[in-house]
Parts: sequence; C-alpha cells; structure tokens
Amino acid sequence: MSAYPVRRGRASRRSWRSRGGQATITNAICFVIAALGSVVVMIPFLWMLSTAFKKPGDIYLDPPKWIPIPPQFQNFPDALTLVPFATYAKNSFIIVSLVMIGTLLSCSFSAYGFARLRAPGRNFIFMILLATLMLPSAVTLVPTYLLFNKLGWINTFLPLVVPSFFGNAFFIFLLRQFYLTIPRELEEAATIDGANSYRIWWHIMLPLSMPVLATVAVFSFIGTYNDFFGPLIYLTDDSKRTIAVALSYFQGSPRMGPQRHLLMAAVTASILPPLVLFLAAQRYFVRGIVMTGIKG
Amino acid sequence: MKALNKAQPREAGRRRGLGFSMRRREAIDAYVFMMPAILGMIIFLLGPMVISLYLSFTEYDLLGSGEWIGLQNYRDLFADPLFWKSLRVSAIYSVVSVPAQLVLALLLAILLNQKLRGVYVFRAMFYLPTVISGVGVAMLWRWMFNPEFGVINNLLAKIGINGPGWLSSEEWALPALIITSLWGIGGTMLIYLAGLQGIPQELYEAAEIDGAGVMGRFRFITLPLISHVTFFNLVLGIIGALQVFTEAFVMTGGGPNNATLFLAVYLYRNAFNYLKMGYASAVAWVMFSIVMVLTLLVFKSSPFWTFYNDETQRSKQ
Repeated sequence: MSAYPVRRGRASRRSWRSRGGQATITNAICFVIAALGSVVVMIPFLWMLSTAFKKPGDIYLDPPKWIPIPPQFQNFPDALTLVPFATYAKNSFIIVSLVMIGTLLSCSFSAYGFARLRAPGRNFIFMILLATLMLPSAVTLVPTYLLFNKLGWINTFLPLVVPSFFGNAFFIFLLRQFYLTIPRELEEAATIDGANSYRIWWHIMLPLSMPVLATVAVFSFIGTYNDFFGPLIYLTDDSKRTIAVALSYFQGSPRMGPQRHLLMAAVTASILPPLVLFLAAQRYFVRGIVMTGIKG
Repeated sequence: MKALNKAQPREAGRRRGLGFSMRRREAIDAYVFMMPAILGMIIFLLGPMVISLYLSFTEYDLLGSGEWIGLQNYRDLFADPLFWKSLRVSAIYSVVSVPAQLVLALLLAILLNQKLRGVYVFRAMFYLPTVISGVGVAMLWRWMFNPEFGVINNLLAKIGINGPGWLSSEEWALPALIITSLWGIGGTMLIYLAGLQGIPQELYEAAEIDGAGVMGRFRFITLPLISHVTFFNLVLGIIGALQVFTEAFVMTGGGPNNATLFLAVYLYRNAFNYLKMGYASAVAWVMFSIVMVLTLLVFKSSPFWTFYNDETQRSKQ
C-alpha cells in the first residue's frame, strides 16, 4: 500500500486515480468472493427444490440430475394431501396470530413504562429483565411444564400462547430503545390536553412506533412459526400439531418417510411463509438487528 | 408550537403545587405498565428457576408427590457415563462451532460492508437460512448428508474424495452437525455488520495516510472497535451452543451410538421419555451452572480484549 503525502496538486490527483483503479480491482475480487459464497449458501435450497420437483425414479441417480425435467408439480399436492397438512397449517397460524397479538400488546405496553415513567426500582427491574435473556430455557423447562400440566393445559394451544401476553425481554428492550428516541414534547402536550399515560401509549406511542412494531411482529412470527420444542412437548395429538412438529414426524412416517421427493416438497411448502415474509420485510430485520446490535 | 409555549408556565405551576401526588401517580402508572413484564418474569422465568432447583433434589415422575432425596440426583448424574458423553459432545460442538461461526461471520460482514454492486442482495442471501425453521434445516441437511445420494458426497466425489457416512457414522455425525450450524451464521453476520457500520471512516483514512496496510487496519482498527460486538456474539453463541436441540433431535436423534447426544437431548430424554423430572432438573442446573461460569469468564476476561471508544460508551447510555 502506498502512502498519500499531499492531497492537493497534480501528482496527487494522479495517485487518486490509481487509487480508484486499485479500489475497482479490490471491489471486483470482493464481488467474486461474495458471489461464490452465496452460491455455496444457496446449494441446500437448490438441492431441496431440485428434489422436490423430481420424479421418484430420478432421485437415486449417480451423478445426480440437478434440473428436474419435466418438473413434477404434482409432488406438492401429493405431499400435502398424504398428511393432513391443512390442519397443521391452521394450527400454526392460530398460534402464530395469537402470539403476535400478545407480544405486540404486552411488550409495547411494558416498554413504555420502562422508557418513560419514573418509579422507584424501575431500572433495577429492567436490569433483571435483561439478565433473564441469558437464562438458558432448559432451567425453566420442567417446572413450566409441570405448571401447565397442573392447569390441564397440555394438548391445548394455551402453553404456547399465554406466555406471550406477559412480555418478552428482547422485544421490550427493542421497543424501549425506540421509545427513548421519541421527543418528550409530544407527551407533554398530550398531558396538558388531559390525556393520561394509557391514552398517550395508545394514541401517541403506538402510532409513532409502527416501524419497530413491524420489526417485532416479523421476528415473533418467524420465531413462533419455527418453534419446535414448545409444540413438541405441549401438543400430543396429531390433530393439534404445528407445521414444524408435523414435519419432523414425516421422515419417520411409513407413508412419506422413504419418499424423498415428497419430503422435500413438504419442506419447501413449510418454509414458504417465513421466506415470503422475510423477502417482503427485509428492512425490518436489518433495522431490528442494527438497533440491538449497536446498543447492546 | 404557540399553544405549547403558552401552556408551559401553567404546567410548571401545576407541577410545583402537586409535585408529590403527580409523582406518585406516575409511579403507580409505571408499575401498571411494567406489570405484564414483571408477572411474566416471576411466573415463567424466576419462579420456575427456583422450583427447578428444588425439584433437582427430589424424585418426581409426574405421579408421586416428589420425595426429597438430597444430592442423589447429582450423584447419579455424575456416575452416569451417558451424562459425561453428552457433556463431551456439547463441549466439542461449542469449542469448534462458536469460534468458527464468529470468524466466518466477521469475515463475511467485512466483505459485505464494501460498496459492492448488489450488496443488499448478498446480505439477504446470507441471512436467508436463518429464517427457516430448525426442523426444515435439519431435514434438508439430513438429505444432503445422505452417504449415497446426497449432494455433499457427490460434490466430494467430483474432487476425488470418498465421502464418509456422515450422520450414520459415529465419527462424522458431530462434524456434520457443526457444518450445518455454519449455514446459519446470517444473524451473527448482521450484528457484526451493524457494528462495522458504527466505526468512523476517518480512522481508516487516517491509518491509510500513516501507511497502514489492509492487515494493519484490520488488526488495529477493525478488531478493537468491533470487540464489544464480538463479546456480545460470543456470550450468545456459548448460550446457544450449549442448548442445541432441534438439529440433533431431528437429524440423528442423538445417535449413532449417542455420538450426538447433546446435553439438551439428554435432558429431553430424561424428562419426557423416562419422566424423571427431578433428575432432568438436576441436568438443567448443571447446564445452567456451566453457562453461568463460562459467561462469567467471558465477562471477567473482556477488559483484556474489548475496547470501548468514547462513541460506543456514549451510545450505551
């Protein structure tokens, strides 16, 4: 690397140009590395799609055929009717919707208290809340299971849904950080107009925090939809299973298990909702991670 | 704005007069607002934590009343070769996969922090695997690792390597799970990316004028200024690695011959297959203690390797 002694003058202008040329080459190399890397990352997806569209006979070829000709669209209806997929999808979406409502309401509500209202011990409580983020879920698992068992909630959606109405440390943190950036003048003006804290939260904070609420909604959708452990231990009936849990049973099932093309068609169908949501809401993901990443 | 200005003196007067009751009102409101979070913490986190400690000293199978047996669960645990095996599996996995994930994620973040054409598309592609469920990922990779017809051994064969049996091999099942985990570094990468974007560009320009090369700038600017992010990722990585469950449960079920019996799988078996709730609680507390000790070590050692400049200090407040 050369040093750039002076920035003005003709000679240095030339060095600027050569620096530009060098930057272009570095840039091109970076681009190639990134492109190769993303091909590697995409291989599993391509392999999944390739298998999902294959004829059963084409799966066990050596070397493998990557492009299934003709593509077997029939694999999808076949896979999704072999098992009661519609029931699983319905279960997943009931649970996901309720969890999203619970999370958005409870987290934004509590976050407002932590961000704005002064009370003795508030910061101490907030520190404990943040510390619980480090708590491995294994340590609360057995008693929580026993509690829901006592309540007779096993094999219902309640153990998966009810806790979301009691806040979530990560999302409360995210929302609190956002509320702290909203100018206080707005609330002061509302107070003078006679609004109490609850109305301020509902009529001012919630509308202003739509972007960050969207971030929370997207994260909670994907987290809940993908959750495996909770539904695995709490939902015992086949008719209550979510997509994630049902999927794990496919590979061992006598009807679908050995049929790789149907298995991969089911996996493809199951990852569509989070995939579409991710592509539609990419910027919310990045924003959410930037907010926690930098301030954490 | 005008109305606001006029109102301010009145507001100030009211505050002076009724300061005490206003503040009390605010405190009551604050507790009402915080209540869901406080209740949630007590009912679903702190309460169960204490109860699970108690349960770990009892013998409880869902039916009986839970007899106090003192340290017996812990004695049984430390005498069980399977427990030591699962501890080893989790340890190897953590020691290999966490550093590998951090290094790979940082390099990727630096790469995608350049002004490349289509850089947003690349970022999205590398992040994509993390939005898919653990079950989907596990089933997909299980098929990829198929020794005869999977894509991995086929690609290896192309460069003249006779691929191993992967998930059916005692030796290669754990490495296969580690490779799978590397597919999901998108989240760590984005957190690094956010950290990189917080580094002032002037520092790099100044270093370049002083004659620092690419490696020099990486070593003396990027690494120190990103160290708090590394710290964050390391702590979360350790906690995550010790709790791995879904991939192992779906891809190998803990096998072959318990070669991928992670601590969390061992716990699950005891709790939900054998219904040994007390024993499982003891396993959970051992896991928790390990996480605590490691996190504490990382915290204690962090002054030696993390660096906070004024900017990050300020943004922390």
